[in-house]
Amino acid sequence: MKSPVRLERRLEQPKWLNWAIPVISLLGALAVGAIVLLLTGKNPIDVYQRIFERGFLSTRALTGTLRTATPFAFTGLCAAAAFRLGVINIGGEGQLYMGAIGASYVGLVMGNSYPVGIVIIAMVFAGMIFGGMYAGFVGLLRAQFNTNEIITSLMMNYIAGIVLNYLIFNSLSYWRDPRSAGFPSGKPLDKRAFWPSYEIGGVGISFGLILAAFVAAAVWVLYKRSRFGFEIGVIADSPRAARYIGIRTKTTIVAVTALSGALAGIGGASQVGDFTHYLDAKGLQLNSFGYTGIVVAALARLNPLGAIVVAILLGGLTNAGYSLQGPDFPSGLVGTLQGLILFTAVAGEILMKYRVKRNTAAKKATVAS
Amino acid sequence: MTNTIAVQMSGVVKRFPGVVANDGVEFELRRGEVHALLGENGAGKSTLSNILTGLYRPDEGTIELNGAPVSFSSPRDALNAGIGMVHQHFRLVETFSVAENVVLGNPDTAFLLDTAAINERVKELAARYDMAVDPEARIWQLSVGEQQRVEILKVLYRGAQVLILDEPTAVLTPIEADALFRTLRAMTAEGRTVIFISHKLDEVMAVSDRITVLRGGRTVGTVDTSTTNKRDLASMMVGRNVEFTRVQRKTPAQANDVVLHVENLGAHDDRGRDALHGITLTVGRGEIVGIAGVAGNGQRELAEVIAGMRHTTTGSVSVEGKILQSGKARAAIAGGVAHVPEDRLHTGLAAGHSVEDNLALKSYRSSLLSRFGLLRRQAMRDGATELVERYDVKTPSTQTAVRLLSGGNVQKVLLAREFSTGPKVLIAASPTRGLDVGAIESVRERLVEAADGGLGVLLISEDLDEIMSLADRIAVMYEGRIVAVIPADKADRETIGLLMGGSQLEATS
Repeated sequence: MKSPVRLERRLEQPKWLNWAIPVISLLGALAVGAIVLLLTGKNPIDVYQRIFERGFLSTRALTGTLRTATPFAFTGLCAAAAFRLGVINIGGEGQLYMGAIGASYVGLVMGNSYPVGIVIIAMVFAGMIFGGMYAGFVGLLRAQFNTNEIITSLMMNYIAGIVLNYLIFNSLSYWRDPRSAGFPSGKPLDKRAFWPSYEIGGVGISFGLILAAFVAAAVWVLYKRSRFGFEIGVIADSPRAARYIGIRTKTTIVAVTALSGALAGIGGASQVGDFTHYLDAKGLQLNSFGYTGIVVAALARLNPLGAIVVAILLGGLTNAGYSLQGPDFPSGLVGTLQGLILFTAVAGEILMKYRVKRNTAAKKATVAS
Repeated sequence: MTNTIAVQMSGVVKRFPGVVANDGVEFELRRGEVHALLGENGAGKSTLSNILTGLYRPDEGTIELNGAPVSFSSPRDALNAGIGMVHQHFRLVETFSVAENVVLGNPDTAFLLDTAAINERVKELAARYDMAVDPEARIWQLSVGEQQRVEILKVLYRGAQVLILDEPTAVLTPIEADALFRTLRAMTAEGRTVIFISHKLDEVMAVSDRITVLRGGRTVGTVDTSTTNKRDLASMMVGRNVEFTRVQRKTPAQANDVVLHVENLGAHDDRGRDALHGITLTVGRGEIVGIAGVAGNGQRELAEVIAGMRHTTTGSVSVEGKILQSGKARAAIAGGVAHVPEDRLHTGLAAGHSVEDNLALKSYRSSLLSRFGLLRRQAMRDGATELVERYDVKTPSTQTAVRLLSGGNVQKVLLAREFSTGPKVLIAASPTRGLDVGAIESVRERLVEAADGGLGVLLISEDLDEIMSLADRIAVMYEGRIVAVIPADKADRETIGLLMGGSQLEATS
């Protein structure tokens, strides 16, 4: 049994592949998605057209898209930052919750007594510290005991969810609004803790998204241009070489994992500051921002700047899904497409490293016995 | 008489790209004997046993089993024919029990395991060959010696008549080794045959009936153990004294002007066992000190301790009189230790990184190459371009990944970087292994040139010719100790060969 094609390792990875492969992956996901749609009796072209319209083709659609893209950008950066070191932090979800808890606390405490700028900065930092420490624990376990961070970070997502529920639903915590009659809800923030938003050509852009763009640029510089980034690259390429030149691998693992969590933490802060203005225990858990971040990072090929672009793309898809939901547009469709995108993006990595060659008859002679 | 010959291998040739691992090997195995296969690393012992166990197919030559020609296409074939191998590195499932490991992969095992019956059989088998091991124990609970017994039980359970043991004592304590020898005797008493691969002369003399010596992929000869001695074996192993030319030095070594001083050094290996025992050694300015020894006798640990990659348990390393902090690679680098590790591509270099990055691997933290924590890429590029030119590295560009370069050029990149850090001492571990003739020549020239320039060089190599032609003094390592230090002009291959095999000088002369 010999397959008609074989994979041959690429000697060089041409630069154009960096954008060509994500595009091919995306088209591949849409193609497989089309099959799913056909099987369920829908016209794929029609569905994709509606998604595109509702995602990108009006100012209202774009406003919604960018709003959805904001948390995706942060969780995408979170995943990309850790994956680059080979630490598979899939705890962006829980780290984002923690960031939201930290930022809403600071917003509640400082909101009515400090100037707007200070409150916002404090909220961003609180998000970073909460998310960062939550992830730092995962990094510490990995560095010290070589525990599998995929499992620990995943499990800590559930813990973070339980903490959220406890703070709002199961206790009279500082975060819970004592005046909420009936269904429990988070305590609303003071106006001064609201993050600003801007309007360009009728499209609303949140402060958080702009912040995400700056953070992405900073992460890019850190990874591509800094000494620290150089060391991360060496560890990822060859842990033995890292030991050989005396890089503190364990410290770096903890630092990068914490940084990764801090990025997701800002995403949580942005949810509170930009959009909900209270700790929305239920809403945060409904959206799976953290898991979508993994798709974002994979499709962006772990490039921080690419993560912003991909976040907007997936933001559009998700946002269109929200508004199209109904009998002729199943709510699971967007999730299915996201899953397919992750699948094809990971498959695309193989094309990055290998080229597909047709097996020639001459090769068969070597297997004859 | 055909009945007494268990295995006959004639004219076996096996070529790999660039090397002929077996070059017309003759090997005859009589039923019921312990037959030692002796030779240095790279002599072709492993290739030969891999051919016999069906892992490789010979390019030429024949194998006869009990007088009938055979051709194995997989280890399973060989095992079905009664030939089993006990590997040096165990292939056991840690969380399974002994009995489960023994029946694992056995095609006769029923779908549902009859655990009690299997336990009973394993216990019986173990008792018959004097191997104490509990069939219900989990592998991770066992000592290394016990794990090896499980490996042996695995092949016995499959009914192997010929057992090949690849350096079985390398991992054992002396007491465990004695127990193993008793087991081997019990097996041969029943008519089973054992091939015992080793490079330790003492144990070969102790355990075997006959010995076949391989060198450079050829059979040197087969001798009866009762009619030979260690000295003869050693010279068969390393070759008669051949004429070799000592490299001419421009500047004589100054052994008294010590640059590297290693004092009473002890260290653990990766498993936490003592690998070095009180090593004391000096290297003078411009001196090349060769470390001879069979791989795995502590050379790698010694190199790593000096380079700061491994902690000391006792003693110290000092360069030009200053003691280096133990286990701190950066301290060693700053102290002037250059290190060409054995594993060039994945320890000495980050293979996926560019030539430029790799040339900066030890100096990227200097103020020349980075400022305020940010890299100065232009300076890195300029430095790389200059080094590539000066050391004649053949590469498409400085941006090419190192893994794409040829072995000789990989080593040039590594040497260029190590020399560029202005070292006082160079630790070179097998610096020419795997290179082609031209590259070997150029690496050796670089080493001599550096020594002429005042660098103290510690040359760790299994290639005795290399050490004898380059070194000023030769230290022989055996089981984590330096057993002798001999000036190169007074050294002969036979003596060094004996010392490498663990023999004391007095006992053999």
